[in-house]
Amino acid sequence: MTPSRARLARLNRLDARASRALRGLALAGGAIVFIALIAIVYQIINQASPAISKYGLSFLARTNWNPSANVFGAWPMIFGTLVTSLCSLVLATLLGVAIGLFLSLMAPRHVSAVVGPLVEMLAAIPSVVLGLVGIYLIAPFVLHDIEGWLHAGLGFIPIFGPPGTVGNSVFTASLVLVIMVVPIIAALTRDLFLTVPRELLDGAEALGATRWEMIRGVVLPTTQSGIVAACMLGFGRAIGEAIAVTQVIGNITVAHHNLFAGGATLASLLANQFLTSLSALNTASMFYLALILLVMGLATNLLARYVSHHFGRVR
Amino acid sequence: MSVTAADPAHALTPTGNLRRRLLINRLFVGATVGAAGLAVTVLFILIYYVASQGAGKVNLSFLTSQLPLVSFGTVQGGIGPAIVGSGEIVLISTAIALPVGVLTAIYLTEFAHPRVATTVQTALELLAGLPTIIAGIFVAGLLVDHYGESAYAAGLALSIIQVPLIARASMESMRRVPYTLREAADALGVARWRTITGIILPTAAGGIVTATVLAIARAAGETAPVLFTSSAFGTHYQLNPTQQVPNLPVEIYNLVNSANTTAISDAWGAAFFLIVLILATNVAARVWLRRSERKRGL
Repeated sequence: MTPSRARLARLNRLDARASRALRGLALAGGAIVFIALIAIVYQIINQASPAISKYGLSFLARTNWNPSANVFGAWPMIFGTLVTSLCSLVLATLLGVAIGLFLSLMAPRHVSAVVGPLVEMLAAIPSVVLGLVGIYLIAPFVLHDIEGWLHAGLGFIPIFGPPGTVGNSVFTASLVLVIMVVPIIAALTRDLFLTVPRELLDGAEALGATRWEMIRGVVLPTTQSGIVAACMLGFGRAIGEAIAVTQVIGNITVAHHNLFAGGATLASLLANQFLTSLSALNTASMFYLALILLVMGLATNLLARYVSHHFGRVR
Repeated sequence: MSVTAADPAHALTPTGNLRRRLLINRLFVGATVGAAGLAVTVLFILIYYVASQGAGKVNLSFLTSQLPLVSFGTVQGGIGPAIVGSGEIVLISTAIALPVGVLTAIYLTEFAHPRVATTVQTALELLAGLPTIIAGIFVAGLLVDHYGESAYAAGLALSIIQVPLIARASMESMRRVPYTLREAADALGVARWRTITGIILPTAAGGIVTATVLAIARAAGETAPVLFTSSAFGTHYQLNPTQQVPNLPVEIYNLVNSANTTAISDAWGAAFFLIVLILATNVAARVWLRRSERKRGL
């Protein structure tokens, strides 16, 4: 029995309406994502405004952060953020790209099917647990086995200054960040290296290139923009990590060049002091720090996106 | 002309430049293997160290007792309320993030105009790269300043972390649904919403579920978004979502900061429990995804 024409028309109308409703719902979902981002930026600017109107942009360069004297400046934290993130990025790039190459081009498939997820598992370890291990395992190791050794060997370079008495230092924080950033860079670059056309690799090998020559001459040049983008995303992760860093960095709000002394980053200071704000200006200043962190994070991500889209030769 | 006897092995032994190239190559291969080995070793050292410090602590009474009152010197206690509270917060967070994430993915893959799609996609990527502590600070300013700390606030902060995770993985999963299925549905005159709810979502369900489970594991371990939204909790079981609710990450953080030996051994026990839970969830989700994709031949 075929349905009557009226019933068919009703069904069609219903379907059209349901499709429109689903479209509207989906649009709402997308809109929420967009609005959430705008709201975050607005809210943080709004709450930071007392500090912004008091200090202006000179807040970025002021070197004194002293809540009990009600004096605030962001430079020690900006400096600490850049130092820890860049230090960790140097190591994490080398390790991450090497692992990415291993997983995509060197290892037999059954090996990379096991090693790949294990490396990604590193990123799944909660930062508070990583920080705990940082305090009791990594910091003592750094203090007793690495700092003295580096200071003795490379002490003429000012960054390898005299070791501290506790293992909590900028250097320890950087090492903890390496553990967090390596899996990100490894996973991103692995996917990137897999997009290099097979013919290019085969061509290089047919010409007698060794593995290294193939990677040096074909893989790295065709993927360099993607590697840069992956490193930027890793950098974005490093600047934003709060908990693990605050547990091992020592929380000293002074900018200095010794990697083996304590420090603070924007995120670690927020984690450490946000709940113990002493005044309205203190709170506003911390929102200002959050704003700086937010701008750095957003800029890094936008730049990574731009680099991979506009300079990418392999898509 | 004298003929030297040919050494049969000679031609096969690399010399000069070739030898140098092969040596460099071997060093390079060794370095990549070493890097991968180092990462895996670090993972095992981390797990082993947490297990050696915390595994002995975990037993039924530790997992069900109330939290220790560190500030009064009596540190006998467990992590029962923190486990229940973490579950509650993550449930609230997922209840927000799952619909928003999946709807965003549907919008971006099925409906969006390319130009709008780029904007929303950029917003999604920026949200994914957002420092997690910013999510906490945002909700602290938005809700906590007016209504105080609560499980709702913590859930909202965590959902900001979860939405991009769920949306991106769902999108990837929905894009892998063969286009022929969509065309077949269109050719049969199936309405758009029926195609999406009846064909695309069920086919992509494996990926969406895996993404959700991974996002739950991620949220359960996040400290920074919860630190300012549900931290001043008591030691008792607390289920009222309008109040601050105990949770594992902040409890670990506070126990460590207390610098009390017993409290720190409690922290190791809680850390061991958390890490086992999260790693087991991760492994299970990945194994399940691989199996379900193999079954459907994707």
